[in-house]
Amino acid sequence: MSDIAIRAANLSKLYHIGRGQGKAGYRTLRESMMGWAIAPLRWFSRDGRASADDTIWALKDVSFEVKRGEVVGIIGRNGAGKSTLLKILSRITDPTEGTVDLYGRVGSLLEVGTGFHPELTGRENIYLNGAILGMKRTEIIRKFDEIVDFSEIEKFLDTPVKHYSSGMYVRLAFAVAAHLDPEILLVDEVLAVGDAAFQKKCLGKLGDVAKEGRTVLFVSHNMGQIRSLCSQGILLRDGKNSLYGPIVNVISDYQRGLVDINSSAKIEGANYTGFTSWKIYGTTSYDSMHVIFSQEPFTLEIELQLENPVYNGFLTILLNSDDGQKIGGWKINGVRFDSGTYKINCRIPILPVRPGLYFWHLSLWDGGKKIDVATLYPELVVSTEDNSGLKDEPGAILNIPSDIEIVRI
Amino acid sequence: MQLAKTDQLPDIHIHIEPSRGWISLKLRELWAYRELFYFLTWRDVKVRYKQTVLGAAWAIIQPFFTMVVFSLFFGKLAKMPSDGIPYPIFSYAALVPWTFFANGLTSATNSLVNSANLIQKVYFPRLVIPISAVLSGVVDFALAFLVLLGMMLFYGIHPTSAVVWLPLFLLLALITALGVGLWLTALNVQFRDVRYVVPFVVNFWMFASPVAYSSRLLDEPWRTLYGLNPMVGVLDGFRWALLGVNDAPGPIVYASSLAAVLIFISGLYYFRRMEKTFADIV
Repeated sequence: MSDIAIRAANLSKLYHIGRGQGKAGYRTLRESMMGWAIAPLRWFSRDGRASADDTIWALKDVSFEVKRGEVVGIIGRNGAGKSTLLKILSRITDPTEGTVDLYGRVGSLLEVGTGFHPELTGRENIYLNGAILGMKRTEIIRKFDEIVDFSEIEKFLDTPVKHYSSGMYVRLAFAVAAHLDPEILLVDEVLAVGDAAFQKKCLGKLGDVAKEGRTVLFVSHNMGQIRSLCSQGILLRDGKNSLYGPIVNVISDYQRGLVDINSSAKIEGANYTGFTSWKIYGTTSYDSMHVIFSQEPFTLEIELQLENPVYNGFLTILLNSDDGQKIGGWKINGVRFDSGTYKINCRIPILPVRPGLYFWHLSLWDGGKKIDVATLYPELVVSTEDNSGLKDEPGAILNIPSDIEIVRI
Repeated sequence: MQLAKTDQLPDIHIHIEPSRGWISLKLRELWAYRELFYFLTWRDVKVRYKQTVLGAAWAIIQPFFTMVVFSLFFGKLAKMPSDGIPYPIFSYAALVPWTFFANGLTSATNSLVNSANLIQKVYFPRLVIPISAVLSGVVDFALAFLVLLGMMLFYGIHPTSAVVWLPLFLLLALITALGVGLWLTALNVQFRDVRYVVPFVVNFWMFASPVAYSSRLLDEPWRTLYGLNPMVGVLDGFRWALLGVNDAPGPIVYASSLAAVLIFISGLYYFRRMEKTFADIV
């Protein structure tokens, strides 16, 4: 028995993003019958229709080995293939090419509360969810008290979960999943939910799991969580693994990568009327990049192009964290624009938020009429001077500049 | 306790590779997940009549009122022959297994799409989903069956010794519902048209089966050929085993069983073949 827990070799996953099907992956029978009817014709025309346009490699030639007992963080930008990788490892979907060998029982936690039924009580859902996640009935019975204890919902155990608050729901769901005792645990960004105290508790639990010699693969956008939990890291970039190694190296490579990509900032869905580009400047080392330091002033510069004048403009600039929480922003009423190109400068003296990824959301309305709504890509990366910044509470939103002195009196 | 477990676990080796062509049914793995059958079936049963006023009475109302309507139109007005027993019990004895079949087929067909979230987030043998959807109908069947027993008492009809075959006919109905359900639910993942087709299929199928009328209306050899519709065997079987009408439906049952098993096995393989695409396209 080797000490390898996971061995992935040349993993690739091809997704079809077919024409005329919109976002939904499924087809109607009519479309399919049309396809069959046209198929012979297409065979004659031979223009290689199933070309690269219709397909996307969500993963391409990803190989790595994870030793038993290692906690590995998987990082990468949105769409880099992190979730696809976890889905293949947990056997939810087949790889298109390549193989994986997993040595040990696999438990996956890709979403908190999968299979919970709102009409059933907390007690019933513990059994149901446990069974869905792969626990035996005897195992659930044995761990039942522990689960209830961990979830802190004892009083509501016999209430249907549809009456739960979202926090209670998440607590119960995570409690069940946390007590799944697999050899290999795959976790996808589930810790973005719940309140800070509970998040901390969950992280602690994951840490314990690791100490018991289990192997954990952990996807998160929260570098703080990754850094405190993982020893190794895998960096995925456009479906390829670009780095595997000690977590510190991987994170710094990732953040450097963000800067590189950022030099050509564009606005998603930009059209000729509306927000066209943006940049950030004024920070010490990454001038005009999208990385800022949380305690330094910077300027967000947005370019706005208008074909027609706006008479009664309503402009909003919002900053959201990557788990969708509103951090702050501005709503400006009654602005007037003539047609032309404008620059909007937001001078921000300090943005005392936790290091991590953030998104700017912009919108411009004229009266009730939408002019443009945009999310700025790439993400805004908030960093700290020494790239550590872990003295503050990891589950918190703010990174409050402070000087804490402990004096004996 | 946990450490001991860790020690014995590394024997497990899971190999993942792209699956191509025809694949095995992996029945052993399905067996390993038998508790999940229990929990999903239990969930379906438990949830089905939550927040309804009449609750489980719906399981009885459905076949019972169909029987009342049938008795009025086919029995009283059209004077359908009913093999020498009162028409109400003649039709109800068929409606009970028919309702089980129709509901099982419908819920099996919708089962995968309804469990889309589960399929995209957790791994387990997908066969568990349609199978437990059909199994959960057994409870409704039992309730409606109690009413059937009550009606037999009312009409003074005693079952013969043939009643021992009854579970077999129920199994035949189950396999048929599941077999067709496996085909349709896998198709439904890819083609949502199926959802709209099923109510038609169920309706037509009912009139193509001897629910409201007797299979005696056909002469041999057509009657045996008619038995290729598996529900003919089920319904004739129920009437024979429970009410003691007619002789044992021999050739019909063979034909029905053969058809049902063929549909079931082909359904299993088709389902398994499509299974790998479920998570991506559901």
